[in-house]
Formats: sequence, C-alpha cells, structure tokens
Amino acid sequence: MTDAALADELPFPPRADYLRAGSTLLSWLATTDHKRIAILYALTITVFFFMGGAAITAVRVELFVPNGWFLSSDTYNRLFSFHGIIMVWFFLVPSIPNTFGNFLLPLMIGAPDVAFPRLNLFSWYLTLVGGIFAVYTLVAGGVDTGWTFYTPFSTMFSNTHVLTAAAAVFVVGFASIATGVNFIATTHMLRAPGMTWFRLPMFVWSIYATSIVMVLATPVLAISLMLVIAERWLGLPIFDPARGGDPILFQHLFWFYSHPAVYIMVLPAMGVVSEIIPCFARRRLFGYDFMVYAIVAIAGIGFFVWGHHMFVSGQSPYASLIFSFLSFVIAVPSAIKVFNWTASLYRGQISFNSPMLYALGFVGLFTTGGLSGLFLASIPIDVHVTDTYFVVAHFHYIMVGGSVSAFFGALHFWWPKITGKMYPESWAQFAAITMYFGFNMTFLPQFVAGYLGMPRRYHTYPAEFQVYNVMSSAGAAVLAAAYLLPLMYLTWSLFHGLRASGNPWGATGLEWTTTSPPPPHNFDIQPLVDRPPYQYHAEGQSAGTDSPEVQNARSLR
Amino acid sequence: MTEATSLLREPWERLERQRQAGKFGIWVFLASETLFFGALMLTYAVCRVEHPDAFAAAGRETNIWFGTINTAILLTSSLTMAVASQAAAENGRSRRLILVCLGATAALGLAFMIVKGFEYKEDIEKHLLPGAGFALRQPAAQLFYGLYWLVTGVHAIHLTIGIVLVVRLVLLGAARQIRLRGSPELEVTALYWHLVDVIWIFLYPLIYLPGRAS
Repeated sequence: MTDAALADELPFPPRADYLRAGSTLLSWLATTDHKRIAILYALTITVFFFMGGAAITAVRVELFVPNGWFLSSDTYNRLFSFHGIIMVWFFLVPSIPNTFGNFLLPLMIGAPDVAFPRLNLFSWYLTLVGGIFAVYTLVAGGVDTGWTFYTPFSTMFSNTHVLTAAAAVFVVGFASIATGVNFIATTHMLRAPGMTWFRLPMFVWSIYATSIVMVLATPVLAISLMLVIAERWLGLPIFDPARGGDPILFQHLFWFYSHPAVYIMVLPAMGVVSEIIPCFARRRLFGYDFMVYAIVAIAGIGFFVWGHHMFVSGQSPYASLIFSFLSFVIAVPSAIKVFNWTASLYRGQISFNSPMLYALGFVGLFTTGGLSGLFLASIPIDVHVTDTYFVVAHFHYIMVGGSVSAFFGALHFWWPKITGKMYPESWAQFAAITMYFGFNMTFLPQFVAGYLGMPRRYHTYPAEFQVYNVMSSAGAAVLAAAYLLPLMYLTWSLFHGLRASGNPWGATGLEWTTTSPPPPHNFDIQPLVDRPPYQYHAEGQSAGTDSPEVQNARSLR
Repeated sequence: MTEATSLLREPWERLERQRQAGKFGIWVFLASETLFFGALMLTYAVCRVEHPDAFAAAGRETNIWFGTINTAILLTSSLTMAVASQAAAENGRSRRLILVCLGATAALGLAFMIVKGFEYKEDIEKHLLPGAGFALRQPAAQLFYGLYWLVTGVHAIHLTIGIVLVVRLVLLGAARQIRLRGSPELEVTALYWHLVDVIWIFLYPLIYLPGRAS
C-alpha cells in the first residue's frame, strides 16, 4: 500500500484552512476574511509593482546615453511620473500594511479577524477603483507632473491627464484611511487575554503607528489633490497667483502628507525587521521598550518635518531653521532602532536564511539612506543638492533599499505561514544577495552624480555624467532580474514546495502557534498570552546556553 | 436567536464590545475628517490673511439669512438626533420615539439642502461663480468664492451621506429589519451626524461674517 492510498484512508478529512474554505471566484471577491483580503491585496500590488518597474526600466535604458535614443522628452516625463505615482500609492503605501498587516495583525494579537471585516473588503475595492483610474491615465496618454503634482504646473500648464491621476490618488487615499481606522480599532479592541500593550510584537506596534499616520495625514493629501482637481476642472482659483492664490500653499499641504507618508512606508518595514532579526539570531530583541518608544516618536515627529522639502521654495528662514532642527531630531529614534537591531545580534546564534539576509540588508541600506537624509536636513547642503540625483538616491535607499527589502524579507519569512509551502532556500538566498548588490549598483553612483550637480527628472545630461548613469542602468538590470526571481520560484513553490509545518523557523509569536495555512478563524481555541514577545532564550542567558531543541527548532521542517 | 445576538456581527462575541469598537472606530474616523476639513480651513485662513480686504468685500455678498436659517435647522437636527440616540440607549418602549426623531433628523437635513439650493441659485444669479463675468472687482474675491463653493459643496456631500445613513436606519427600523434600541449602528450614525453639524458651526462664521462687523 502506498503512502498516498494510506492518506486517503485516514479517518479525518484534510484540515480546512482559509485557502480551501471556498474555491469560487465569488468566495474570494466577497470574502471578509482578513487573510483572503491580504491575498487580494498581494495580487493587486504585485501587478502594480511590475507596472511601475517596467516604466522605470524604460527610463533607465534611455539614460544609458546622454541625449537619449528612443524616448521623446514628453514620454520620458510621463514614464517617471507614472513610476512615482504607482510605486508610492499603489505599491509602497499599501505594500506591507495591507498585505502582511492584514494577514498578520489579527493572528499576532490572537483575534479571529479585524474589527470591521466588511470595511476591510471595501478598502480593497477602493484600491481597485483608484488603480483603474491610474491605469486609465496611462492608457489615455499619461501625466507629466511627477508624483508631486506641483502647482501651478499641474493646475494651469500641464496638458496631460492630471485629473484622472489625481482622482486615482484621491480614491486610494480613502482606502488607506479605511485600513488605518480598521487596524487602530483592531489593535485596541481585539487583543487576546493577556496580550498587554508591552507584550505586542514590534510588527503590531509598527502597523499601529503607521495606521495613526495614515488616518491623520491622508485626509490632507485628499484635500490638496481635491484643490488641484477643483482648479483644473471647475476653474475655481485656489493656487492661481493672478487671482490671489498661493502656489506654495500646495507644497505645504502636499508635504504635510507626503513626508509622513515616508514613515507609512518605512515603519512597517522596521516592524518586519524587528520580527526577523530575533528569530534568526535566536536572541531577544534588544531594548524592546525603547523600540516601542522610538517607533511612536518617529510617527509623531514625522508630522513636523515637512518643511525640509521646501528649503528653496521661498519659505521663511525661521521656519526652515525649525524644520531643519526637527529633521535632525527625528534621526535620533531612527538611530536607536538601528543600534538595537545590531545589539540584538550580539551573542546570538545567527543563521543566514533568506529572510535574515533581507533584514540585514535592510539595516545597512536604511542606515545609508538615513545618514544621507541628515545631509539633506542641513540647509546649506540641501540648497546645493536640491532636486539632484543625490535626493533620488537618498529616498530610494529608504523606500527601495529599506521598505522593499523588508517587503521581500516578510514575504519569505511568512510565506510558509501564508501558503503552507516552503520555497527553495538556495534560490531565495541567491535572489536576496543579488537584490542587495543590484540595488547598490543602481543607486550608489547616483549619490555621486547628484553631488556633482546632475539634476533629477532631466531627460538629457552632459556627457561627464554618463559613467554614473551607465553604472546605474546596469545595476537596474541586475535589480530587475533579482525582483523577477522570487516571482518564479515562489510561484513554483506553490505547486512543488514541501509542506510547511506550523512553525518552520522556530519563531515566537501567536501566528506561529496555529497551523500553516491558518484555519478560517485563525485559532481553534482563544489564545492566552502570559509572556512578553521574543522569548528566544531564558532571561539573563543567551542563545548559546539554550537547549539544543530550541536552537535546532528552525531546521525542523 | 435572541434580540441581542441579531445585532451581533463577526468577529465579535459580545454586543457590548462590538458597540465599543464601533464607537471607537468612528471617533478615529472623525479625527481623520477633522484633518480633512482642517486642511480646507487652513487654506481659507492663509488666503484670508493674504487678502483681508477682498475677503471682507466678498463676505458681505453672501446671504446671511440663508446661512443663519440653515444653522438653526442643522442645530435642531442635532437635537433630534441626540434624542434618538439617547432613547436608543435607554431601556424602555421607545421604538416610536426613536423612529420619529430619526425621521425628523433626516427631514431637517433635507430642509438644509433645499435652503442651500435656493442660496446657490441666488449666488449664481448674482454672478458669484469665479471666472469670467464675476461680480466683484478684487481678484482675490474670486478666491473667497472658490473656497466658498468648495467647502459648502464638500459639506453638502457629507450631509447627503448622513441623510442616506439616517433614512436607511428609519426604513430598516420601521420594517423591523433591525432593532434600533441598543443598535451600535445608530450610535455611530449619530456621532457622524454631529460632526457634520459641528463642521457647519465652524463654516458659518468663516463664510457669512467677514466684513459685517464694521
């Protein structure tokens, strides 16, 4: 008798999990299960990620030579604008919160679902509607304002599809607000018995802080875009200087959202890294309390630094002084986090599985991005490098080197939990390392080019900058390959991967106490929590003194 | 199925907790709404500081009667809404009272919209739409009216959503589809309604009072 025949004769049917709870299309499109909604989001943002990536690939290919060779200047402007709009609002902002946040938040706090499951589904549909506007914008001919929609260009001069692009972002903003409200209420109201605030995993804290930023900053973005739409479409004079309007006001409103939006993108990434590093170092997270304070401080101070985007916009020098000071201040909690991640490795039993490679890559790239941010917080240097590739390199280190690395780290770390399948580890390690080097090859030269004066968003450039652009474009090709690899081997693993156990990494956290993939209501019995997170070793000891079972738990499949 | 469980929804186990969460969630949303209108009022404030004379001249053109009547209507609607939600929170045979008060709230909301419609009509006749042929000389007066149309329009959209939510409760309650007493949805709707009312209280002096003090 073969094993397969034996399995068929077992007295129990296969355990129902959320993936098998219904197989019709409607059971997905009308689901209120947070785990299924997370999958819907994951599919959506994957499509947008590769759309935004394709746009910028064309731009990088064009920049191989100083005077361009296959794009018109108009097309060039539309491509980088599309790249920015898609990547910021349709990939980065929803990436970790709406996929992993949705999937993990209830699991991590021991809840059956989020507080408002139907609102959760509604938010996905809003994202979809916004996405349709964005795709329509592209098909109709694109928009050339950049992702920033600066007035008066966007309101009075651009003759591209500003209206639909702004509408796309407007709508997806409400999806963001709905998600934020939902996560805040979930964290407050649905924690399992014993799950006190200071027993929450750092990922929950980061999603909570992110949600607060989403709820309080996004409405201001909605208003700033609504004003642009009103002026362009209805002819109401809001930013028109000839009728007393103030174009600079748009920048204040826009950056009041868009600087905190950077923290919407990076705080969840910090949460992910705080989960991965203790697991693969078999160490408690160093300074848990201060990690919490730091994340809350970053979210709070993040609201008061927007003026550092406007040092050359004609803002009062006193305002610039304060904004510069506060931008330095926000580096302190960020540095606390970097030091604590590093300290968590001390006396650990480190293994370099692919999630850990991504997490360590995050720490290095985020530090580089953060330190270059201090250059930009300093007014004299900022005046010199404003709107150059230095700025482009800086924020890509945070948003791509930081957030996207962490996104891939999370994808690998929780892939067994989400799909119930293991992925091929060697391929994953290869992709992680390729991504790290591809990223640095792409963006490190841009620091130099920018410092030497190459402006961003220009279609052509003097020949002296060609060497940096060739390096950058070559790196982008490596990076593109590294992004395509996981798409292939993760898809492969869905069909051919080994079955994952409930806790393949030997990780702490409630999400690992249930089966992989989890049942529709997450837990068979209500979990009770009686200890803080990250108990990878006994108090006062270190990973090396633990029993071999604990140390080896992660190698058990 | 008992009365209490008919109101219960996933993922909650107890109605009381569900009610708390609903209230908590709507308060968070109201904070978001505050920032939404706050950004509009900031825009107004910046423009008014830059152009005080034009804003005074433009403010004198608004019809303070329409505005004042509408303020009274909306405040009364908040009263009926408060009575409805208070009655729903008490134990007792209050179904009729709740339904009547909710109906009055929706009717008053509709009355506000009708008065606003007449006001808009008069504004258009007085050429107070920004653009060519605008009634006032000062360019920045157009800025005032740009913001006027925008904030009152956005407020009207919010009020319309409120009216739809209240009418929905009345219809479901009258058909005994849901129980109104102790309903978390009623409390949430009431909080939203009051916010829309409070926003109007801020808009009233910003729109109708500039230029009328002296």
